[in-house]
Formats: sequence, C-alpha cells, structure tokens
Amino acid sequence: MSETKTLSIKEQNKSAASSLMKKNIRKFLRNKLAVFGLVVIVIMTVACVAGMILGVDYSTPNPTIMRAAPDAAHIFGTDTIGRDLFARVLYGGCYSIFIGVFCAVLSSVVGAILGAIAGYFGRWVDAVIVRISEIFLAFPQLVLVMMLVAILNKRSMGNMLFVFVVTGWMTTFRMVRNEFMSLKGETYVKVCEAFGMSRANVMFKQILPNVMTPIIVSTTTNVAYFILQEAALSFIGLGVADSTPTWGNILNAAKSIQVVQNQWWIWVFPGLAISLFVLAINFFGDGLRDVLDAKQQ
Amino acid sequence: MSENKEIIFKVQNLRTWFPITKGAFKKVVGHVKAVDDVSLEVYKGETLGIVGESGCGKSTFGKTLMMLERATGGQVLFNYDGEFRDITKFNKDEMFDFRKKVQMVFQDPYSALNPQKKIYTSFEEPLVVHGMKDQAQREARMQEVLKMVNIQPDYLMRYPHEFSGGQRQRLCIARALEVMPEVLICDEPVSALDVSIQAQVLNLMKDIQKELNLTYLFIAHDLSVVQYMSDRIVVMYLGKIVEVADSRALYDEPLHPYTRALLSAIPVPDIHNTKKRQVLEGEVPSPIHKPSGCAFHNRCPHCMEICKQVDPTLAVQNPENGHMVACHLYAEQQKKLQEEQAAASQA
Repeated sequence: MSETKTLSIKEQNKSAASSLMKKNIRKFLRNKLAVFGLVVIVIMTVACVAGMILGVDYSTPNPTIMRAAPDAAHIFGTDTIGRDLFARVLYGGCYSIFIGVFCAVLSSVVGAILGAIAGYFGRWVDAVIVRISEIFLAFPQLVLVMMLVAILNKRSMGNMLFVFVVTGWMTTFRMVRNEFMSLKGETYVKVCEAFGMSRANVMFKQILPNVMTPIIVSTTTNVAYFILQEAALSFIGLGVADSTPTWGNILNAAKSIQVVQNQWWIWVFPGLAISLFVLAINFFGDGLRDVLDAKQQ
Repeated sequence: MSENKEIIFKVQNLRTWFPITKGAFKKVVGHVKAVDDVSLEVYKGETLGIVGESGCGKSTFGKTLMMLERATGGQVLFNYDGEFRDITKFNKDEMFDFRKKVQMVFQDPYSALNPQKKIYTSFEEPLVVHGMKDQAQREARMQEVLKMVNIQPDYLMRYPHEFSGGQRQRLCIARALEVMPEVLICDEPVSALDVSIQAQVLNLMKDIQKELNLTYLFIAHDLSVVQYMSDRIVVMYLGKIVEVADSRALYDEPLHPYTRALLSAIPVPDIHNTKKRQVLEGEVPSPIHKPSGCAFHNRCPHCMEICKQVDPTLAVQNPENGHMVACHLYAEQQKKLQEEQAAASQA
C-alpha cells in the first residue's frame, strides 16, 4: 500500500524538479547576452570538432600560395608557409578548447577537494593547505613553464596541462574553503553529525552541494582564463609544440612585424577566434551565475 | 517520587572546557569553563528543564551529553537496559550506536534542514546511514514520523524554503524521531519561533512524549516555556548547577538567590500585580575568570564572607521532593539534614 503511495510521491518529486529546471531555463533565455554566448560557444565548438572529424588538411605546406590573402579557395587565407588558415583555426580550436575545459575542470576538482578538506577540518590541516596554496600563488607560472621545458627539453601538451592545473587550483580552493568554513557551522551539519554520519559524507554529500553553484560558475570563467593563458604562452613560444596548431601557436606567426603590417589575415582570424570564444564564455558564465544563484530565488 | 524512577542519564562531575590559545605555538593561556563540574541524574520519561541566562553553558551541556562537544573530564553514564556505560569513553562504533539512543533538536529550524536537499533526501539519509536498506521500509518510517508531527507525507518532495518556521521545527523533530531515540535533547527548540507557533510546537512535543515515552532534556531561557514543559528544572549559572527542583517546587519556593532573581523577571499578565522585580547588579562574570568561592557572590544580595572563599556544593534541601540547592545560606540546614540521615541509616 505504502509503495504505491510513495511511488506517487517520487513521481511528483520529479515533476517539481523539472518545473524548477524549466523556470531556470526560461530565466536564462531572458538574458540575451548569455544566450548569445552559449550560441557562439556551441557553434564554434561544433565547427572545430567537425573540422577535426572531417580531417581538413591543416599541415601540408603549399609553397605556391604562401601568404595568400583570403579568397574563395582559402577563406581565411594562408599562412607564411602556405597552409590553409581556416583549417588551422578549426584544428587549433579543438586543442585550445580542450586545454581550457580540461584544465578548468581538473583544477576545480583539485581546488574543491582541498578546499573542502581545509575548510571542514580547520586547525592545522587548514593552515598547512593554505600555506601550500600560498606558495603556489607566489610562484610565477611562467618560470614554472620554462623550468619544465628546460628540464624535459621538450614542449608538450601534457606539460602544459600539468602546469596549468598545478598553478590554477588556488582560486577555487580559496572560495571553497571559505564557503566550507562558514557552512560547517550551519545547524544541518550539526544534525548530520548528531546522526553519526561520516565526515566524508558530511563534507561531500551535505556541504559540497551548497557550494556547487560558485564552483560551476568559476569553472566556466576559468575555461576562458586557461584559453588565454595557452594563447599567451604559445605566442611567446613556450606553449604546446609548434606542430600542434593551437590558437596561440597560429598567432605565434604574427610575431614578425612584417606579418603584422602586411598579412593582416594571419593574426586577425585566430585572434578573433580567441576573443570571440573567451567573450562568449564570460557572457555565458555571467548568465549561469544569475540563474544558479540560490540566494536570488 | 524520584526513587522509584529509573535513571537514564547519570552525569558525574562533567566538565567541558574550551582552551584559549595564544601566539604561534598555541600555548594554552586559559579555559572557558562552559560546563564546570556538573553532576546530575536524568530519569526515564521525565522532562528535565535546564534554564539559565545566555552563556551559562546550558547548550554546551546538552551538546556534551550528545558528545558533539568533547568532555574535558567527568563521566556521562547512559543506561543500556540497566547497565550504565560511560559514553565519554566510547569508541567510534559504540558512539555510532549511541546516536540512535539520543537525538537532538536544535535551536534554529531555518538552518537545520539542508537548503539544497528535498525533505525526502534529508529524511532518508539518517535511515540509510543507520542501515535501513529497504526503501519501502524507509518510506513507511518517514510517513510514520511525519504523521506524529501532523505533516502530510506529500510535503516530502518540497524544499525547506517552502516551509514556515513552525513546520520546519516539526520536521526537525520528526527527523530526530526517525531513529527511535530514547532521549531527545531539545536545545531551545522554540526560541526562534513566533509565540503562537511556540505553543503549537510545545503541545505537539508533549503529545509525542506521552506516545513514545520519551525523555526530554529541555534547554531554554524562556522560563514560562520551561515551567510549562518540565517535570524537574535545573538552574545553571556560569557552568554550574545552582538549584534542582520539581517544577512546582521551584516556582513556588525558589531557594537560591539567583533563581529568585530569575523568577522575578517573568512578566505577569496582570496590571494590578505590582510584584517588585529583583534586579541583579552587574554583569555575568566571564567564564574564563570566574569569581572565587561561589560564582554568584559578586551579584548576590545575600553575600556573606564565606561565599567569597568557599564554593558551595549542591546538596539536598528538602528530602520530600528532592529539592537541591548550592548556596551557603542553606548550609547549616543541609548539614543538619545530612547528619540526621546518617544517624537514621546507622540506626
């Protein structure tokens, strides 16, 4: 008897949840900038992935058409050794977006776990982790990259990801730690302790869901941050190996003043791709924050 | 009356001190003596009220009985079917089991339910943790406790912010009852609620107590609420018990000067009643630097020389109803009583 009744409770449960979801989606759609951001993100990502899947030729140099201005055959023109820039921007997008998303997610995970531990346990555990994070904050990212390149004697994607995660978790860490510090005093945490729930349970199943919103929002903005970081490092020649076309690596060609002056398409298109994508992510992140912020609901 | 009752909690010389540290090496420079040498017996099925002003350690005392705060010293014996076991020495598993025996209702119902979780989840988790694996069984239990607090089962699908304060506190009570505790420690359960809702929640708690034969430890600062709820009342001042008595006896003839001052502060709804309020002078001393002798001596209207030096012990004043008081004013009488008793037991 009770089973049929509870089944209905659960069913209603689902409909209530989906109505909340619908409300949130409607709220998001009202924010035009955020929708614009989302559309741009989706279009660019799909285009880049499609380009990679279709296997557009980005790497064969063609000496006959070096530095060709955009035309019907090469809509973004060609670069200094005659490779098709459109194909390179598509391919580079895949790498850049992957680096941004991967590093943002991983550094958020690391930051959230450490922040949860530091904030919940407090005392010396907190002191130790906070000191460690401060050491990382005080250490210049650029120097770490150069050290890694020098030690390993090669520039690889793996190195870059490693450096980004190692140097990128601190902002999330601080935020999560501070949230945990205030939330662990909440009565519902005490209630869970009074029921004898384990610390891991209290930390990750009770408190963490209440911190999820800021984590998600900061992860989206971190994606933009890491894409810019990658572009900057690759531009100065310390990023991913030259053979991999990331947006930053393509821009690398524009280091010469001659290119900047005469072949505008070589730096305008990858530059535009980076700016547009980063801008779109920031718009999207802002919209997401407005929707997810429980305090406004 | 108290002799034929079964004891459920036996607290002996309980101390909960919080260290105050200073400097980089966390040198302990002092202690906040929140609960200082408290001995007490709680009987099965009674409501024991604990009153005192803010900061006198009543909440800490409640939390220490639940071992949410670690006791610094003393014993808390809990009655396991006739066998008393000291919960301060429990290991993790024993503690976990003890959690089913004693539950707590907290002061603030607005933050006692996780705002991100549906009531259903908040209610399910304790049952899952305590090993109720069958979902249908869990739901039956959830509905059972909700019925006790007069809340419809389909409210389970809602989020906490959809409830009023009174409803939330009822939900909290229901959740505490899920694990079928024997003792419910209520830490100011109604002080965050409207007066009209307070009565509703209090009556509900009384009904539940009757139904389940629960023991309540009712911590509050509202004297009229405590009087309404309690069978016996403990008055605390600066971490110590100053008076223990049956509810009626305490309100009819308070013995300790502090209790008298406290009771004179209850407003009486009668304009012709011009009862003189006894206003205590000064502030409550800091629990870090307690006065020597009786902790109350610097505010006491009857302070004597001995009060400044010797800390009075809690002793029986009236053997008929078990009225106990810790005050030098009654020392002679108490001494005589003890001698009589000793003589009686010898004879």
